Amino acid sequence: MALKFPIFMDAQSTTPGDPRVVEAMIPYFTEKFGHAASRNHSFGWEAEAGVDRAREQLAKIIGARDPKEIVFTSGGTESINLAIKGVAEMYREKGNHIVTTVIEQRASLDVCKRLERHGYEVTYVPVRPDGLVELEAIQKAITDRTILISVMVANNEVGTIQDIAAIGRLAKEKGIIFHADGTQAVGKIPLNVETMGIDLLSCTAHLIYGPKGVGALYVRRKGPRVRIAPLIDGGGHERGMRSGTLPVPLIVGFGRAAEICGEVMAEESARLAKLRDRLQDMILSNVDEAFLNGHPERRLPHNLNISFAYVEGESVLMGLNKETALSSGSACTSSTLEPSYVIGALGASAELAHSSIRFSLHRFTTEEEVEHVGARTIEVVKRLREMSPLYELAKEGVDLKSIRWKAE
Amino acid sequence: MAYSEKVVDHYNNPRNVGSFAKDTPGLGTGLVGAPECGDVMKLQIKVNLDTGVIEDAKFKTFGCGSAIASSSLATEWLKGKTVDEASKIKNTDIVNELKLPPVKIHCSVLAEDAIKAALADYREKHAAADAEAST
Repeated sequence: MALKFPIFMDAQSTTPGDPRVVEAMIPYFTEKFGHAASRNHSFGWEAEAGVDRAREQLAKIIGARDPKEIVFTSGGTESINLAIKGVAEMYREKGNHIVTTVIEQRASLDVCKRLERHGYEVTYVPVRPDGLVELEAIQKAITDRTILISVMVANNEVGTIQDIAAIGRLAKEKGIIFHADGTQAVGKIPLNVETMGIDLLSCTAHLIYGPKGVGALYVRRKGPRVRIAPLIDGGGHERGMRSGTLPVPLIVGFGRAAEICGEVMAEESARLAKLRDRLQDMILSNVDEAFLNGHPERRLPHNLNISFAYVEGESVLMGLNKETALSSGSACTSSTLEPSYVIGALGASAELAHSSIRFSLHRFTTEEEVEHVGARTIEVVKRLREMSPLYELAKEGVDLKSIRWKAE
Repeated sequence: MAYSEKVVDHYNNPRNVGSFAKDTPGLGTGLVGAPECGDVMKLQIKVNLDTGVIEDAKFKTFGCGSAIASSSLATEWLKGKTVDEASKIKNTDIVNELKLPPVKIHCSVLAEDAIKAALADYREKHAAADAEAST
């Protein structure tokens, strides 16, 4: 099969829409355009039925007991805001302390920072070099004022998958609400809010081949019943937790996207892991001093993150960007010049944090694409190393740490 | 961020990449930046000791495309200039030529630093050689 350019290998920033999802959405823009909260005519009933079906489809892939536990939002960022701020406000009298990790995505960290300015206390638990957070570290951070533990299921840059069930058990034992940020994981790896003890689960449609502009927050109704204060007041939609006219076509697409993920997950994750492993082997066996970031096994099947010593990440991307879309770090932080805080938090040197490249595969990634991207990456890194004064010094046997660099 | 055509051209076809042998006569070397900041430039000039004209220049850069382009451009501009003329190259000249966006201005600053460092290194060595010759 002929390659089609540009190749998209940045699927942890967003995913291409699945045509089956688009097909499911279309009628809800035109003939089924009703307002899901219109109770007195068939247009409303039809729209509500579409939303209810999507709620069931989503509830099913996360193992929720009751579709009513799904609250639709505008996306992952809003779900995370609603979960953390909603709990913080609702349980203010019980306590003011939140436990989270240093490698959460920007949305979570920024919400926590805002809460800190409003009298809350947040402990950012460090992670191991492979990206895993130690259960004992979370346990130690807990105080009698802790009201929430918030941890991402899988990391957006290095793909490391946390032991969510263990954190869920700990939270239950201590009677603390547990929010899992599942934006990168829902639909990709098996998740079950019941067996994993998750009280709140954030997710988004656009990372599972659905539309942008819609997400969901799972809010546990039983054992314990979790209450959250809304961010948006209004008509009391979504059981009062998120007012606003529901974007029915987006929600229908989200539901269909979740349903498809549930159906193909086992086969798809095995296929992507195989392609990812091929890409990893190709690069690591052809480039010296290239380092895998994150956990070698406990990671998302479609994620590969590598640091190339002596070359800067953006320059690698520039060599590939005419034909391949990749990213160094997350799209959320790529407007800044800072090196990846995630790679930094894993204990890598700042230099290696400047050199990380994330390859993320998706449903439509082909073997030919992987071969091409692998070969081109190797070429570009080698070319840049020929231009790198650091590589030259290292080859001469100079210890780069022995040089007194004049930092700006 | 979209790059200007000139940045892309220098990135794809960098001028004067490389290093001079350490015992090259009239050599001046500047090494600026820091790995942890994501930019390191090594810029070298080879000065004709009779005329004081920079006959050749080479660079190696660890950094983004704009950093590579800034140092590549610097080597082009240095060739044929006298040491005194070369010291008048300003980072703003590089910004204008490459149409660097505000977030990339530090690349041009680093290139200017690299030029200054190479000139200073040359002057230092040259002065020492002169002093030796006169004794």
